[in-house]
Amino acid sequence: MSSSTDLGRPVSDRGDTVCVIGAGASGLTAVKNLREHGFGVDCYERETGVGGAWNWRHDRSPVYASTHLISSRPFTQFPDFPMPDDWPDYPHHAQLLSYFERYADHFDLRQHIWFGTEVVRVEPVEGDRWDVTTRSTGGYGPERTSRYAAVVLANGHNWSPKLPRYEGLEQFRGEVMHASSYKDPAQLRGKRVLVVGAGNTGCDIAVEAAQQASHCWHSTRRGYWYAPKYVFGRPADQVNDTLLALRVPLRVRQWLYHWTLRLTVGDLTRFGLPKPDHRVYETHPIANSQLVYYVGHGEITPVSDVARFHDRTVELTDGRQIDPELVVFATGYLPRFEFLEGRVLGDEEGSGRPRLWLNAFAAGHPTLAVVGLVQPDSGIFAISHWQSVLFARLLTLRTSRPERAATFGRKVAAGLGERYSAKVKDSTRHWFEVGHADYLRALQRALYDLEGK
Amino acid sequence: MTAERVRVVRAWEWARPERPARRELLSAVPELEQAKPPLLFVPGFGHGAWAFAEHWLGHAASRGFPAYAVSLRGHGGSEPAPDATLRAYTHDVVQAAAGLPRQAVLVGHGAGARVVTHALARYPARAAVLVAPVLGGWATFGTALRRNPVGTLPAVFGAGLRLNRRQLFSRDLADADARRYVSQLGRASRRAQWQLLTGREPEPAVGRPPVLVLGSPDDRVVPASALTRAARRYASAPLLFPGMGHDLMLDARWREPIDAILDWLDKDPARPLG
Ligand SMILES: Cc1cc2nc3c(=O)[nH]c(=O)nc-3n(C[C@H](O)[C@H](O)[C@H](O)COP(=O)(O)OP(=O)(O)OC[C@H]3O[C@@H](n4cnc5c(N)ncnc54)[C@H](O)[C@@H]3O)c2cc1C
Ligand SMILES: NC(=O)c1ccc[n+]([C@@H]2O[C@H](COP(=O)([O-])OP(=O)(O)OC[C@H]3O[C@@H](n4cnc5c(N)ncnc54)[C@H](OP(=O)(O)O)[C@@H]3O)[C@@H](O)[C@H]2O)c1
Repeated sequence: MSSSTDLGRPVSDRGDTVCVIGAGASGLTAVKNLREHGFGVDCYERETGVGGAWNWRHDRSPVYASTHLISSRPFTQFPDFPMPDDWPDYPHHAQLLSYFERYADHFDLRQHIWFGTEVVRVEPVEGDRWDVTTRSTGGYGPERTSRYAAVVLANGHNWSPKLPRYEGLEQFRGEVMHASSYKDPAQLRGKRVLVVGAGNTGCDIAVEAAQQASHCWHSTRRGYWYAPKYVFGRPADQVNDTLLALRVPLRVRQWLYHWTLRLTVGDLTRFGLPKPDHRVYETHPIANSQLVYYVGHGEITPVSDVARFHDRTVELTDGRQIDPELVVFATGYLPRFEFLEGRVLGDEEGSGRPRLWLNAFAAGHPTLAVVGLVQPDSGIFAISHWQSVLFARLLTLRTSRPERAATFGRKVAAGLGERYSAKVKDSTRHWFEVGHADYLRALQRALYDLEGK
Repeated sequence: MTAERVRVVRAWEWARPERPARRELLSAVPELEQAKPPLLFVPGFGHGAWAFAEHWLGHAASRGFPAYAVSLRGHGGSEPAPDATLRAYTHDVVQAAAGLPRQAVLVGHGAGARVVTHALARYPARAAVLVAPVLGGWATFGTALRRNPVGTLPAVFGAGLRLNRRQLFSRDLADADARRYVSQLGRASRRAQWQLLTGREPEPAVGRPPVLVLGSPDDRVVPASALTRAARRYASAPLLFPGMGHDLMLDARWREPIDAILDWLDKDPARPLG
């Protein structure tokens, strides 16, 4: 660990060590798999514990008291560390946190993690190496810069709220919040509540408002497919993957899905919900058995998109006015890589949208990987696991078989922006949408090609 | 071994998760935590966790290793499971391993070694030990048939595989003990027995664990040539304990093989390259 001076700034050289940013699920699996491949790892985590989004004590955790998984257990667990088989099909967020804590302890990962340490800058330097600058979370103390052989970005993409702008919002007298600060149904109790957005968050909150609020309006700018968590007595994703295992083509699966929903959930337009403007799988799937139930009970009033805000009322695009006391924007999240120049991730225009191959690899930066920048129609952790395995193998081959690593680099450049899902509706929420089977097959192919198998 | 590919997509396994079954897990842990990896012993067909509780668990704990033994479903004190598959047994082992506080060493005996080789593709063990491994296939069957036709042949038609006292123990073991052990033997499910012969080869291990193979050249279930073959798959040679029967953990000289295993682990075997 020699100290060199670069432009007057002391840089401590960490040799072959790899830096991992974030100790959420994605960061943890990156640390584990890099260690397993023999690499030294320094992981920086700005919070004081592991688990990222699933640690609801964290300021930026997007989970609320009632959050349960939407992907069932076999799709959600790490492929080499199953969740206990006596857990429910859809565990609670507290179980998820305990799962990640056990993963960290089982593989002895905490000794590689610097907690309470925030990464403020990541810069590429000569020789495909990286200068990573950190400081204590909250900005106390001096900055420190260390030089690494490679970097894994596992900083998550579900913590920075996406807040739409509306005319008149500043003069609105009611309470306004983003779903990220919604934690507990007590926040809704006895109020007239408007929930905007029908991602899984919006649907969950609308259901809680149906139970707690004095009135609940649910505003969406399009119609969706509201899929139940169970069909034919089994978790819906397990039924869906039975079809995938049989290699049933997308069009047929869409048809079967529509047909199943029609038979079970029924025609939603009769409740006043708009007809979907797309086929199933063309928006991020909603898994919620209760929303339609509460609409049917009259506890949720579906309404159209918000046009503008007034002093005490909200005007909808169909001209109606409603008078909520509390507006919850469940409008999703945007990715944030403020410690890195957008160009490095292929975002030339500064739109905030990286352009990568396999959602993980940037052109011209063979020692950089983004892990967990996916929004699958299933669990995310298996994907993060295999992304880290692929990256660890790539780093190993850079020394043992450099020509293979170079071939991989050319594939990255040629494959930027490749998609692994059905054609999805244009929305920021679909930037990272992937079909888990298509994606994992592509990743498996990349792994076999890399290893020449 | 290394030429095989790891599997990323397991659509069937995700779509059809294994049904959970209540598992018996016996243990002996050292009084003082010594930063040694936990051991998980996996008994072979017909045996339960009791076979390790007899001597090996306590001995490993006395040398500072937290030691556990699981009974595969349908065996020992685990839930009955007459229709269990090899996959279900593998599930039991992976669940037990992931439930331990730290990354475990898997030790499989007999057909339990075959189950361990499947588990290694689903859990990155710290290391693995295959004791008198019955890795399956028709060669194993041929040996068993030659050495014990009366006990083996009915197994092909679904009866339990019966191992006799002469196959399991040396003459050094006291008669009373031998009788007691044989009376505790149960049986594996018919499907699992069949899959042991015909089932798919295990996938490559994840996490590159170092693997040790040991056994006895006088084992009347697993011939020395099978030990050598098993060890060669992991690029090593078997450790041999002449004069012992198949059940090394119960035979009169049970102490020697377990000491050899613990010595090997104390040397902290490195992960193979690659
Ligand atoms: C309500 C909700 C429910 C969800 N349910 C599911 C589900 O059922 N199944 C599923 O698979 N996914 C679900 N998700 C998606 C969820 O984002 C992922 O499950 C998972 O949290 C992603 O893990 P991650 O490690 O990639 O990111 P995160 O969990 O966000 O972890 C990122 C970590 O990086 C740290 N970090 C960020 N920036 C820095 C920095 N500059 N310096 C140091 N540290 C930093 C953060 O503190 C955090 O600990 C859900 C998301 C939400 C919002
Ligand atoms: N396990 C669980 O129970 C659970 C719970 C919550 C969330 N999650 C996961 O967490 C991630 C984030 O989910 P999320 O629900 O918070 O966000 P999301 O999926 O991005 O959904 C955002 C919703 O808000 C709408 N919206 C966005 N911008 C809008 C605008 N300007 N005007 C009107 N409507 C707008 C979107 O509509 P469009 O479709 O038109 O863009 C969409 O309906 C997802 O991966 C989700 O699956 C899981």
